[in-house]
Amino acid sequence: MSSVATSLQHHFADFKQQKETAVLGMWSFLIQEVMFFGGLFLTYVVYRSQYPGAFALASAQLNVNLGGANTIVLICSSLTMAMAVHAASKGNRAGMAGWLLLTIMFGSIFLGVKVFEYKEKWDHGLIPGIQDFGLKFDHEGVPRPTGFALYFALYFAMTGLHAVHMIIGIPLLLNLAINGLRGKYGPHYYTPVEMTGLYWHFVDIVWIFLFPLLYLIGAHVGAH
Amino acid sequence: MGKSFPPLFPPQASTVAVEVDSLYALLVAITAFFTILVVGVYIYLGFKYARKSEAERPIQVHPPAWLEIAWSVVPLLICVVLFVWGVTLYFKIYTPPKDAITIHVVGKRWMWKIQHMSGAREINELHVPLGVPVRLLITSEDVIHAFSVPAFRIKRDAIPGTMTTTWFNATKTGEFHLFCAEYCGTNHSGMIGKVVVMEKDAYQRWLSGPNAGQPPAVEGARLFEELNCVSCHRNGPTQRGPALGGLYGKTVELKGGGTAVADDSYIRESIVNPTAKIVNGFEPLMPVYLGQLSEEQVNALLAYVRDTLGKEAASKTVAPPATVTDAPGSSTQGTVAKSDSASKGR
Amino acid sequence: MSTPHHDASHHEEEENYLTHETTIQSWLLTKDHKRIALLYLLSITVFFTIGGFFASLIRIELLTPAGDFLTSELYNQAFTSHGVMMIFFFLIPAVPAVLGNFVLPLMVGAKDLAFPRINLASWYIFMAGASCAVLAVLSGGLDTGWTMYPPYSSTYSQSRVTLAVLGVFIAGFASILTGVNFIATVHRMRAPGLTWFRLPLFVWANYATSLVMVLGTPVIAITMVLLGLEHVFGFGFFDPAKGGDPVLFQHLFWFYSHPAVYIMILPAMGVISEIISTFSRQKLFGYSFVAMSSLAIAILGFLVWGHHMFTTSQSPYTGILFSALTFLVAIPSAIKAFNWTATLYKGSVVWETPMLFAFGFMGLFLIGGLTGLFLATMGMDIHLQDTYFVVAHFHYVMVGGGVMGYMGGIHFWWPKITGKMYSQFWSKLSALFIFAGFNFTFFPQFILGYMGMPRRYHSYPDEWQVLNVMSTMGASILAIGYILPGIYLAHSIFFGKKAPRNPWGATGLEWQTSSPPPPHNFHETPIVTTEAYDYQSLPLSETPEKEGGHV
Repeated sequence: MSSVATSLQHHFADFKQQKETAVLGMWSFLIQEVMFFGGLFLTYVVYRSQYPGAFALASAQLNVNLGGANTIVLICSSLTMAMAVHAASKGNRAGMAGWLLLTIMFGSIFLGVKVFEYKEKWDHGLIPGIQDFGLKFDHEGVPRPTGFALYFALYFAMTGLHAVHMIIGIPLLLNLAINGLRGKYGPHYYTPVEMTGLYWHFVDIVWIFLFPLLYLIGAHVGAH
Repeated sequence: MGKSFPPLFPPQASTVAVEVDSLYALLVAITAFFTILVVGVYIYLGFKYARKSEAERPIQVHPPAWLEIAWSVVPLLICVVLFVWGVTLYFKIYTPPKDAITIHVVGKRWMWKIQHMSGAREINELHVPLGVPVRLLITSEDVIHAFSVPAFRIKRDAIPGTMTTTWFNATKTGEFHLFCAEYCGTNHSGMIGKVVVMEKDAYQRWLSGPNAGQPPAVEGARLFEELNCVSCHRNGPTQRGPALGGLYGKTVELKGGGTAVADDSYIRESIVNPTAKIVNGFEPLMPVYLGQLSEEQVNALLAYVRDTLGKEAASKTVAPPATVTDAPGSSTQGTVAKSDSASKGR
Repeated sequence: MSTPHHDASHHEEEENYLTHETTIQSWLLTKDHKRIALLYLLSITVFFTIGGFFASLIRIELLTPAGDFLTSELYNQAFTSHGVMMIFFFLIPAVPAVLGNFVLPLMVGAKDLAFPRINLASWYIFMAGASCAVLAVLSGGLDTGWTMYPPYSSTYSQSRVTLAVLGVFIAGFASILTGVNFIATVHRMRAPGLTWFRLPLFVWANYATSLVMVLGTPVIAITMVLLGLEHVFGFGFFDPAKGGDPVLFQHLFWFYSHPAVYIMILPAMGVISEIISTFSRQKLFGYSFVAMSSLAIAILGFLVWGHHMFTTSQSPYTGILFSALTFLVAIPSAIKAFNWTATLYKGSVVWETPMLFAFGFMGLFLIGGLTGLFLATMGMDIHLQDTYFVVAHFHYVMVGGGVMGYMGGIHFWWPKITGKMYSQFWSKLSALFIFAGFNFTFFPQFILGYMGMPRRYHSYPDEWQVLNVMSTMGASILAIGYILPGIYLAHSIFFGKKAPRNPWGATGLEWQTSSPPPPHNFHETPIVTTEAYDYQSLPLSETPEKEGGHV
């Protein structure tokens, strides 16, 4: 396992120090991710409290079934990611690569569904700035309330940036799978798998917040 | 002095200017004291303990805890004084007195458009009477500006989509600088003008001079008919919105709990974005006028609701001030709440 | 873990990080924190020069009341470019990415930062961001002011907003990655025996700064994304015509940009702690108070952003809270200033060049900090907001404090970085020029501000000309003060005397390795047995040789 021996970088005393450092670095990075999305969530909170009715009305335009299905897909991908980390820690190369490929598959399904949903919004003319007709008037020509367009601006910004995070994640996973098959990781050293796993779980958790905030507020108000 | 060296203070031309300058003097004194103290001690110690030989190894000094506490607490106490004075003064500068006259200010790149309640309009000039509190209702048509009159020590941002307020009571006649203080693009430094403080009767004459025009409340009444506001906001079979007679200054109950004071900001918001606050017992049926009306039109409607409709109930108890034709801005605030039921009959 | 032993004493004299590899590639692909620090040093010097060029355009224009030197479009671009270049591409990276990068691993006795590859990546990210910003400035300019307030920046400005927003967004990640790197390094890479309360205060200061970088920078990043979406597509987040609130942008912007001031000043304060202690041979007075005050500033710094909005539509009650919290930040700053001064007490003081810069820092930062009280005082701020008083205040803090600290640090660690001593005469002259020129430039601006002169004005009423001419004259002295170091420092690289290992008789671990340090910093991992600033156990041979210290 010469490849494992060389994966201790020169400036660390031992594997333990190297791993602890990586974990701390990754968590610091995730904290900055929390602040990054935090700015978006804050904007959401401000405008939703300002235009609760318009937000509910706009939210009702989303396809809850697709969003719900996507949520399940993403939760599954978190499970397969956790399994990949577990396989890596046991030195199971093939298992790790397999779980990673499954994770990539779930991630790609999620993105595919997302593209389909975006297409739907395009067809309904709900893209802020580019097509405004659906944001100004519904199909019967009744004007939309103020804040309706802001909801969609936030919808695209939030889900879009979430999708960008997934698009960055997938090549990372692919890279791990290839390196894993080449025997770069073993029970002593699988830090990159673990770190990418943390990242992937984080991206999933963001969606767990996005889904109810974007998809379910319409259903809630509609019930009244 | 004169031309050779510039003055250190702008003219003191409003009632708050003296107090702002006193606070400023205190702050300058604090700054000078601590700067001289610390720099002086630093230089003194630096030379007193200058190194005499390279082999010098001074004995380590262990700071006493009381000293650290002392120099934390003393600045804190000073800060408390400044904080309290600052907050008090802030509320003084931004809370107009009840008897203030109202003037509408609209910022637009790169000019200040000003309208008096008598109907007089002017651009980049603001004529005001001496010794009368003047309330400015400020907004912007495009980007953020800031209405700044250093001689009065006042400044307030003009924010599109929002109405802000400031006031002053001029104590000196003459002309004073008016600036836009918030960067607004190419000709930002050209968005300047002057405030002209005049004796009361001179101001009256000026109001009816060449700048005179239709009072905004009259224009507002016309718009009120033209936009068909009247059909819903009137007692009767077609009423679908709250009646507006005597509304100004009253506290209204909102749908879903809570109350709001029907001040200028509230009325403005209710015109441009009526769904933001719905009065209890009504449905959100009113069309959104955001982007449909110019700021001047919104101001005209506001003036009508405030000065004409708002006084309907109140006018029975409060006589309009005789000296100044401008409608007394918020003069009705105190009395309307009690006597508003009379307006229901209109 | 056998590497440090076998190559121990062999090539101690010959090989250092500058000479062991010399190809261009070895610089551009280096993972050595010391070389990356130099890459940063070179790049930010370029951006400082660009920013300085725009500053001189501004000062020349303001010589006369009329707008006659530049058109108003050009003037607006000049002050915007000055702000963007100086803040995002000079001040923010200056102390952490140059001095912190170089010294922090040495100070904690590590061979490198925790993530050397990420460190190099952050420089490339920084350069990518800077390239966008420079391109924006060259290809038609940016005229929004560095604060980029919408709806002007989003809807009305015809200038290169997209490119500039992209530049700031990208460069932000360089800052975040540097912060992550420092945090991991300080937590996990300290040498044996180097406990938290034995750390030099420069490390504490950079640690606190890193917290601000990691927690604050992502918020400006997302704000830039929102502004970009608004400018390019018209999403309407901050457009009142679409129901958005322009003041929300100010909240998001200042949530980062106020703490960003602490990114600029905290590490500079760390430099000052090192310098004052070294040149008075005293342990820093109230060490733990100074260390904790850095953390206090970093944390409180996040809670004061609303003081930029006292004249907006922000609720006055919110304003009260922000005013109170702003006053609270004054306390840890005051604690630092008093402790620095007290450090000289019963010390052994020499006024070498870094000490002169530290003295300059003290004088200027005091004025900068105390004039901050004016602006925290709500009733006073109404009159001063958006005037030259604010301009003078933040220049006193960020240039008087931040740049003085940076200059002090450069002069303090220059012998370590290059292995050469610089001219004492010219460097002291430069410190004097900068101090005098700075006060001459910015003190009149306090008066102008109180007179009511708004900032970002291309032309102004005649009665303010005298003060503006004074300011411009001061700026030319200041410019000489900044050009001088470029000359004598460059000169020292080629002709300077060889620097000894520890020219100032300082105690930090960085002074225990050779000057310049070997590629992996230490031949043997140092073991720390004493507290920081223990001058008692400094051997006599460590004191500067007379001939080495002076040219």
